[in-house]
Amino acid sequence: MTTYPLRTPISEKDVRKLVVNDTIYLTGTIVTARDSAHKKALDLHKNGKQLPLNLEGLAVFHCGPIVKKENHEWNVLAAGPTTSTRMEPFEDDFIKNFKVRVVIGKGGMGKKTVDAMKHYGAVYGAFTGGAAVLAAKAIKQVKGVEWTDLGMPEAMWILDVENFGPLTVAIDTHGNNLFQTIQTKAETKKQKIYKTLGF
Amino acid sequence: MVSMQVVENVAVKLLQLAVTELPQDVKDALQRAHREEDTQVGKSQLKAILDNIDLAEKTSAPMCQDTGVIIFYVKAGSKLDGIDKIEDALRKATIRATKQVPLRPNAVNPFTQKNTSDNTGRHIPYIHWEIVPGDTLELTVLPKGGGSENVSALGMLSPSQGTNALKKFVIDTIINAGAKPCPPTILGIAVGGGADIAMNLAKQTLLKPLNQPNPDPELAKLEQELREAANSTGIGPMGLGGKTTVLDVKIDYAYRHPASYPVAIVVQCWAARRASAKIYSNEKIEYISHKVN
Ligand code: SF4
Repeated sequence: MTTYPLRTPISEKDVRKLVVNDTIYLTGTIVTARDSAHKKALDLHKNGKQLPLNLEGLAVFHCGPIVKKENHEWNVLAAGPTTSTRMEPFEDDFIKNFKVRVVIGKGGMGKKTVDAMKHYGAVYGAFTGGAAVLAAKAIKQVKGVEWTDLGMPEAMWILDVENFGPLTVAIDTHGNNLFQTIQTKAETKKQKIYKTLGF
Repeated sequence: MVSMQVVENVAVKLLQLAVTELPQDVKDALQRAHREEDTQVGKSQLKAILDNIDLAEKTSAPMCQDTGVIIFYVKAGSKLDGIDKIEDALRKATIRATKQVPLRPNAVNPFTQKNTSDNTGRHIPYIHWEIVPGDTLELTVLPKGGGSENVSALGMLSPSQGTNALKKFVIDTIINAGAKPCPPTILGIAVGGGADIAMNLAKQTLLKPLNQPNPDPELAKLEQELREAANSTGIGPMGLGGKTTVLDVKIDYAYRHPASYPVAIVVQCWAARRASAKIYSNEKIEYISHKVN
């Protein structure tokens, strides 16, 4: 249970040091992507096209931010994480092709992602669900936005962050899945709880 | 005589208060959970929630990006003039607050998937009416987030199994929900009446302050028992493990049909937003849930 400040680009070696229950605070560049942006990035890759930005060593944030343009500059008002399971069909290929080292979201992800993280070297950082103002505060600047045709929340926002966190490492490169462990524990406790409740 | 402009203004204020500042009883419960949490991860999640609440309050920003579906609970005095115009005032207030606060547009046509972008639509904001004696108007707003609503559940259980079936249904629901409703949550539970009646009562229990135990000692005992059982699952803050999975359990009931045993569970997330105010006939305004200068 160690706390690590990490700076992007993050190396595979550094990310492999992390274990579940560790806390990370990110500084550097992160990009937002929900399902449509994941799909778009993978489609571009399949057609041999470049992404607008090299994502190697960066973090991808499952988030549809609320942004406002003030004096020609984008300002992020709220940026809480969205439920990550929606990105499960895409995340393994996303990690494999673009070498992102941290996936940020809420609620955890499934087996395909866990395997990809182990194989290619990435972790899942759980950001507190709903903590939209805390997230927005750590965003220092909007460096750019791509694919606005997908709609503002679905677009890929390129963000400059400082001490973005706390992110709890919930999936590591060793095949551990904290959400799954906690959920399995709760399931096994079920019978005991029934008994305590008198049946 | 209460003017509809005053009703609209108060409703806008309530929406703004609700989404930017939690009632003191919810803040107290979250602070207590943070003090008592013994896992490091659970503590850090609760700390992040408390920091977020603090920042939201200081900057008048919505504490969560999901500002919910808007529900108003109205207690209208029977001697109040213009009751028929209140609905219109509340709709106008919702549209105004959506721009002003701002609220996320969350009203979508379920068939065309079109978002109205102003938080209004057929039956939305939903208005729950109660006619009471007198000439005052009490307004409560409950902006209800989607993540926690999605794990709410209705069980048409077997009457022969009684409260044991209820307890099992509650525990199964909370374990199935896991990390999804942004725990620690509040469980609003209601038994009896019928499917709709139970659901409705369950949601209304979420309006009760967390520091008020159930006046019925038997129900107070059941609430405590279920709270302890839910917390013993170890799901913890954000489903990452820890002591506090639920902040509180609230129970209500209606008499039931001999053949039915409906149990409704409405799950509320840590962002347990609500705000109420009373408007007197001389247009004096008293805010109940929040301190307003
Ligand atoms: S469940 Fe509640 S806290 Fe979590 S994202 Fe939804 S509204 Fe926000």
